[in-house]
Amino acid sequence: MIRRFTAVTVSWQFLFALTVGPAFAAGDAERGAQLYESRCTGCHSLDANRVGPMHRGVYGRKAGTVAGFSYSPAVKNSTIVWDEATLDRWLANPQELIPGQRMGFRVALPEDRADIVAYLRRESGK
Amino acid sequence: MSSTALTIPPTGIVNDRRNFLAGVGKATLSATAVALIVGCESLAQGSGTMSDVNILNTALGLEHEGIMAYQIGAESGLLQPEVLKVAVMFQGHHKEHREILAGAIRKLGGTPVAEKPKAEYAAALNVASIKNQADVLRLAARLERGATNAYIGVMPAFADRGLAQVAARLVADESMHWTVLASALGEPLPAKALSFGA
Repeated sequence: MIRRFTAVTVSWQFLFALTVGPAFAAGDAERGAQLYESRCTGCHSLDANRVGPMHRGVYGRKAGTVAGFSYSPAVKNSTIVWDEATLDRWLANPQELIPGQRMGFRVALPEDRADIVAYLRRESGK
Repeated sequence: MSSTALTIPPTGIVNDRRNFLAGVGKATLSATAVALIVGCESLAQGSGTMSDVNILNTALGLEHEGIMAYQIGAESGLLQPEVLKVAVMFQGHHKEHREILAGAIRKLGGTPVAEKPKAEYAAALNVASIKNQADVLRLAARLERGATNAYIGVMPAFADRGLAQVAARLVADESMHWTVLASALGEPLPAKALSFGA
């Protein structure tokens, strides 16, 4: 009985994963703002291209399309559109998401990534 | 803010403003020094990768920006003489960082990223909003803290652990700069440990 219950439970989880896809916890944009200031502003600004491209509007934008910024060929040729899933993977390990890109910075903790993404989404007006 | 809050080490720099302005672009470290600091053995063995080159070039971009920020601050005429001396010293550190990074990039077979035109840095850093010495120092402190956190954030990505050690040495300089600048601005020191990279 226990074994059967477990099998049913696993099946429901499997179905949920198939139909809904990976779930992303809603981040805290306010905490994300603090994290952005401390970790991201070394290279990025919301409204100016610096070492990295400007971030306002990044959420929902196709990768490698900010005017006036010189991207790596890897990012320029990417078909990725930035959303919760892609930004989370990018911040966790950008090289794994887009091999050949130039950013080495990583955000290790999932909750930190979620908060930063929530902030970027808010500042993108999404 | 009082300029007397900034102290110059006994072995401090002797550059005046003219020397400072003339020094931009000069290499300050020999290739031998670069090899010694970076660790020529690990580089010669090819343990670095193009990924490491990209990370180093990003760091070099930060150093270019920092050098130009101090340059703009020095040319603003807003810095008192004692503060200018410290700014000259810190800019000199960033120039040494630049040479170390560029040397490592070349040793790995890459091409060091070039600095951008001064006007681009000025626009991106909103230099037009700077009105006094404290504004200059706040900008410098923000860049130093950002650079510190950026270096900390990229260290895990280095394939060559020797380069991670180099990054650790660079970040120590950046955090020292931030500490001096924050002190000069009268900002409180971090109450808790591990405030950088958080």
